[in-house]
Amino acid sequence: MIPTWAQIGYLVAAVCFIVALKALSSPKTARAGNGLGAAGAVLAVVITFVAYKPDHLAPILIALLVGTVVGVVGSRRVQMTQMPQLVALFNGVGGGAAALVALLELSEVSADQTVSAIATAFTILVGAISFSGSIVTFAKLQELMTTRPVTFPGLPVLFVAGLLGGIALAVWLVSDPRVWVGVLLCLVGLAIGVMLVLPVGGADVPIVISLLNAFTGLTVAAGGYVLHNSLLLVAGTLVGAAGTLLTKLMADAMGRSVFNILFGAVRGGSTLGAGEASERPVIAGTSEDVAILLGYAQRVIIVPGYGLAVAQAQHTLRDLVEELQGRGVKVDYAIHPVAGRMPGHMNVLLAEAQVPYEQLREMDEINGDFKSTDVVLVVGANDVVNPAARTTPSAPIYGMPILNADEAQRVIFLKRSMRPGFAGIENELLYDPRTTLLFGDARESLTKLLAAVKNV
Amino acid sequence: MTESIALLTIFVLAAFVGVEVISKVSATLHTPLMSGANAIHGVILVGAIIVTGQAESTWVMIVGLLAIVLATVNMVGGFVVTDRMLEMFRGPGSRKKELHK
Repeated sequence: MIPTWAQIGYLVAAVCFIVALKALSSPKTARAGNGLGAAGAVLAVVITFVAYKPDHLAPILIALLVGTVVGVVGSRRVQMTQMPQLVALFNGVGGGAAALVALLELSEVSADQTVSAIATAFTILVGAISFSGSIVTFAKLQELMTTRPVTFPGLPVLFVAGLLGGIALAVWLVSDPRVWVGVLLCLVGLAIGVMLVLPVGGADVPIVISLLNAFTGLTVAAGGYVLHNSLLLVAGTLVGAAGTLLTKLMADAMGRSVFNILFGAVRGGSTLGAGEASERPVIAGTSEDVAILLGYAQRVIIVPGYGLAVAQAQHTLRDLVEELQGRGVKVDYAIHPVAGRMPGHMNVLLAEAQVPYEQLREMDEINGDFKSTDVVLVVGANDVVNPAARTTPSAPIYGMPILNADEAQRVIFLKRSMRPGFAGIENELLYDPRTTLLFGDARESLTKLLAAVKNV
Repeated sequence: MTESIALLTIFVLAAFVGVEVISKVSATLHTPLMSGANAIHGVILVGAIIVTGQAESTWVMIVGLLAIVLATVNMVGGFVVTDRMLEMFRGPGSRKKELHK
């Protein structure tokens, strides 16, 4: 039994975590809240050392140091555009750690402690799913593998077999907690995780990250139950509840059910996009043409996308917007909730370029304005303005609310090539007679455009 | 048994707190939210330290140390990355200062 003061210390740490999440309700308090959360984590670790007096102190401290160095270096080096895959990776290692802890607890659990045994089996299985699923998510986002849904004929059968096998092993483990059964359960969990994420298409990957995040939270909660540790229980449950709710919010924002996102590709081949461009004619313009359109417009809406961030063109875009505003053009940025690679990712990327957040308008707020807009400038976005979401039931993004760029008088796309976006589907809007394309790297195109606007 | 019930009570209450707290987060901050929640479940580190500290065989210790490394990466990395993102969301005042420096 651990001393009372330590339990109270854990309570303080738990409160720090709750306040940290609560502080995220406003950009003003968010950073301080995150600092408080980190302080709570440090407190919890210090309490653990003092209260449990662990053996093998030197190796444990070395492992802590190694983990800290990897964590700090990894998160300092990464680009803001690569944030989603890093979050996926961190989530995966957390799930893996929970599964390992539960495996080690198996030797302590006896068959008459049924509830503990169930919690242990749950942690091993779901922790392993979260680990391997997150690794596949990482590979998709980092484009180490195709971002399109991967399925093969036997997949549904294999997946169901894996699930049933996992449940059977879990039941076995509960009635007879042996380590080798636990290892087997862990391996089956790893296989299920891979099969769960492979069929998910690029545009839906963020939702899967959030779901796996919730999974890891629940495994940590179950781990807290096994170890009789209230802090793990509270922290894990918080994350589990938060992740579940966030997953639901994001699925709603895309007009899809979580079930459809996970299993849509498995049930029918319908979510496979074309993945390549067709040969139909498009209207390509020069930066001078586009500058005239922009310079003499009264109302312009910018739709920023991931391509903008990859080209590091946010700063140039901000300069262009300032130039247009100086000429009396009314300009706003329209932010789709899933622009970028994660919900809210675009807000982070534009905040990096110091775009004032008063100019960033949410989709619901700005969608009515497109009808009265002269020019929409789409920079490196594709899927979030694709009318197929409204018109083509077979498209993977069908049902997703989009920015109504097609309602504006003129549409300008800044694109590197005709290659489709992350969801792997063509955009009809590109072939519309009112659309002008400006090919090239977003940063170069915007620099030329800025110079041309100054000369108009 | 009473302890099981107490733990169950904590679980249910924490679930309600989680939903309540998250439903107030604005869409602008959904990415830092995901990454902040991610950092918090890295607290499995506490569990990893406890089991490793009680290890009686080399095998248990090796797996335990691996769990410690993974959990630390999750926790430390998660908080640092969230901080980096939130650093971008500064008030308009400090933004101007930076532009003119």
